Amino acid sequence: MKAAVIVFPGSNCDRDLAVACRKAGMDVTMVWHKDTELPPGTDLVGIPGGFSFGDYLRCGAIAARSPIITAVSAHAKRGGYAVGLCNGFQVLTETGLLPGVLMRNRDLKYICRTIGLRVETTDSAFTSGYTQGQEIAIPIAHHDGNYTADSETVARLKGDGRVAFTYIDNPNGSVADIAGILSENRRVLGMMPHPERAADPLHTSQDGVTFFAGLASALADA
Amino acid sequence: MAEPQITDDLIAAHGLTQDEYDRILEIIGREPSFTELGIFSAMWNEHCSYKSSKKWLRTLPTEGPQVICGPGENAGVVDIGDGQAVVFKMESHNHPSYIEPYQGAATGVGGILRDVFTMGARPIAAMNSLSFGAPSHPKTSHLVKGVVEGVGGYGNAFGVPTVGGEVRFHPAYNGNCLVNAFAAGLADADKIFYSAASGVGMPVVYLGAKTGRDGVGGATMASAEFDDTIEEKRPTVQVGDPFTEKRLLEACLELMETGAVISIQDMGAAGLTCSAVEMGDKGNLGIRLDLDRVPVREEAMTAYEMMLSESQERMLMVLRPEKEAEAKAIFDKWDLDFAIVGETIAEDRFLVMHGNETKADLPLKALSGTAPEYDRPWVESPTPAPFTEAVEIDPMGGLRAILGSPNYAAKHWVYDQYDSMVMADTVQSPGLGAGIVRVHGTGKMLAFTSDVTPRYVRANPFEGGKQAVAEAYRNLIAVGAKPLATTDNLNFGNPEKPEIMGQFVGAIKGIGAACEALGMPIVSGNVSLYNETDGAGILPTPTIGAVGLIENENALITGTVRAGHVALVLGETAGHLGQSALLAEALGREDGDAPAVDLAAEKAHGDFIRDNAVWIDVCSDLSDGGLALAAFEMADAAGIGVTLDADDVATLFGEDQGRYLIACSFDKAEALMVAAGQAGVPLVTVGQFGGDAVRLGRSEAALSDLSTLFHGAFEAAVA
Repeated sequence: MKAAVIVFPGSNCDRDLAVACRKAGMDVTMVWHKDTELPPGTDLVGIPGGFSFGDYLRCGAIAARSPIITAVSAHAKRGGYAVGLCNGFQVLTETGLLPGVLMRNRDLKYICRTIGLRVETTDSAFTSGYTQGQEIAIPIAHHDGNYTADSETVARLKGDGRVAFTYIDNPNGSVADIAGILSENRRVLGMMPHPERAADPLHTSQDGVTFFAGLASALADA
Repeated sequence: MAEPQITDDLIAAHGLTQDEYDRILEIIGREPSFTELGIFSAMWNEHCSYKSSKKWLRTLPTEGPQVICGPGENAGVVDIGDGQAVVFKMESHNHPSYIEPYQGAATGVGGILRDVFTMGARPIAAMNSLSFGAPSHPKTSHLVKGVVEGVGGYGNAFGVPTVGGEVRFHPAYNGNCLVNAFAAGLADADKIFYSAASGVGMPVVYLGAKTGRDGVGGATMASAEFDDTIEEKRPTVQVGDPFTEKRLLEACLELMETGAVISIQDMGAAGLTCSAVEMGDKGNLGIRLDLDRVPVREEAMTAYEMMLSESQERMLMVLRPEKEAEAKAIFDKWDLDFAIVGETIAEDRFLVMHGNETKADLPLKALSGTAPEYDRPWVESPTPAPFTEAVEIDPMGGLRAILGSPNYAAKHWVYDQYDSMVMADTVQSPGLGAGIVRVHGTGKMLAFTSDVTPRYVRANPFEGGKQAVAEAYRNLIAVGAKPLATTDNLNFGNPEKPEIMGQFVGAIKGIGAACEALGMPIVSGNVSLYNETDGAGILPTPTIGAVGLIENENALITGTVRAGHVALVLGETAGHLGQSALLAEALGREDGDAPAVDLAAEKAHGDFIRDNAVWIDVCSDLSDGGLALAAFEMADAAGIGVTLDADDVATLFGEDQGRYLIACSFDKAEALMVAAGQAGVPLVTVGQFGGDAVRLGRSEAALSDLSTLFHGAFEAAVA
């Protein structure tokens, strides 16, 4: 199956995401943000972590207006799969493909450490490898990971089972401990934690291996 | 616009002495223009010319079979096998960080990253050695917060993992904090880029961010002592933009791939001046610059301002003219400014044109080649009387005093603000000894550490200098690495004072002896002098950054202790308490001599660990805080208690050198004892791990209580 990893000038987890996808057996192409089309036959779009355009003010806001985003949106609207990790999550909310917004962390400090997540739904290609309620260890690394949405949106996300992951010990003030959410068709996932940093035998945790392996197998079946 | 007249005041304001000014007159045979005076002051200040230190730096060992490029380029280059090289350096940004902590620290990180990728290497690891004043000093908290946020703000966005460092506090840094930034990169050994220009009539190309007035005179500021006018110096601090730096990195590496780059030099201290002179000087060429073509972001900038601006994220290159279109396409792709601002010329001239006027016309070689060099008078530091008193203190009370000090408490408040995992090759994050990063796509790993114990260096510069290198060596050995090479960042007070110069000379001699004996040549470095405020100097702080190679996963030692593990100490314990953490933290005393370093024993013990890594589950070097602190840290990391048999304070807290704490199963411990007997190295069991208490002889405390103290003390003290 084919994955396209979008590269913005300030992306810095693009290689990491590509490595994790390749390890799970995906065929990965790096796509420059100034391109206007995805490679033909793209199954999964990956939007990596980093600081897409410096992100000094509103993270992901400029990236969301990059030429390639039109193609990414069209891909998602066609029912294609997309995953945004960290800065990628911020870009997905800025494009409107996912609801809500990522604000400054509660303590106004950057946080990098491995934290505990709870898998809230296994009903998605991204989480099908886990068990419901499973607790996993995945690193976070962000300054703006405080997920915020109005109460109606949060209620809808919860009611529809679209909260993919929650923090066991909320590090950044996110509403309802939300660490990752799914789109309505459950094919677009945005999350602040970095499963690609828990996907190698030398990493502190290997709990991200399931994420990519599950994704690859779900996509192969799709 | 008319340039100011040269007056005695103007000369003094440029940090030039009358002798130095006379020398300028002699070299050029006339009065310099204002721009020329600025250029001389930039080239001849301490920061750029190393005029007080050069004589002594020459004595350091810089060669070895592993060294591809030693000091003198932007960074040192060391062979790591398979056609690959590690490129690294450490550099200070002390004065800017004290004036404006966030930007000072951020641009310190930016500068060292540029030094590394200028050589053609992709940065893969960063560290920071930070020294602040007393936690209770009114400025300290502000500086700690600003510096840590600045380091993170730059490195995190750029995308390099920060994997190690140090944070210390001492009243001697109250008026002058230290920010020493280290970066290492990975390159192909046959694709290293240097600064020497070659070929006449080659285009000199400016790339990166636009030039503004920020940092004008920064290098001169960095070479002066501080006084109460410091707030006025804020405009000399540069502002960093990691997003531009990230683009500059990618663009430079792409450009290097095309074969377009003849030579390259980043614009750091004294920006355009230093970089252009460096490229011409190394290539035995002259340089002509046309400042009308320099991309600027402010209006009406003078030649003087452009030549001395320290705006960040800028590079100067000499490019192959036939590749110009290809080069331009790469910089357009990354939306970076790109301008041909001059050319190489055959004559020995540094010619600066602006608005159809010649603003400077100087002999280029003389600018760097005839920079003053001083043999400053120095006096040897008197050797302090050894500390011989018996210390009457409950061992657990002593341990609590150490764990509760921000000097030794866990530093996660700091390290959590740094992205330690970007690039997804981090094997060991900061806070647990050396940081470890895998060489991408291989089974090899690189280990990084930075060390110095300033208290020791003040008491005994020679032994303290040796100790800094020895501790770095041990930290590399303890994770299973083969120590490769070293970078030094020498922070001292005013070299015009013979006793300060004596500290410098003593430390250099010690560092040199240890680097030689331990096979870790110095391949790059930086000197920061005049770290004084109102006449009071800092503790002499020669920070040693060191790099080691872990050949494969089998050699790696990164376990955590398990219940039942035996605790063993390799190396001789005599109970040296002079200048120890125990005296300083529990009794508020900094007395006695520094511990002596037996370099032959260091080498033998290091070799023993490497030869017997297969028997060692967990290993840590013994340094400040001695056996008690090292054993506690191992216990804390695993959440498992520890019992040390010794009762006496000297054995528990002595800081004898050349020692390691090893934890392993009983069977492995037996094998190690046999091996130690054969190798003739001292190895003794000192206790064991298990339970949920920490026992120091008859003194006992719950591990969880001590851990709470250890993990909360830093934030409580400074945040």
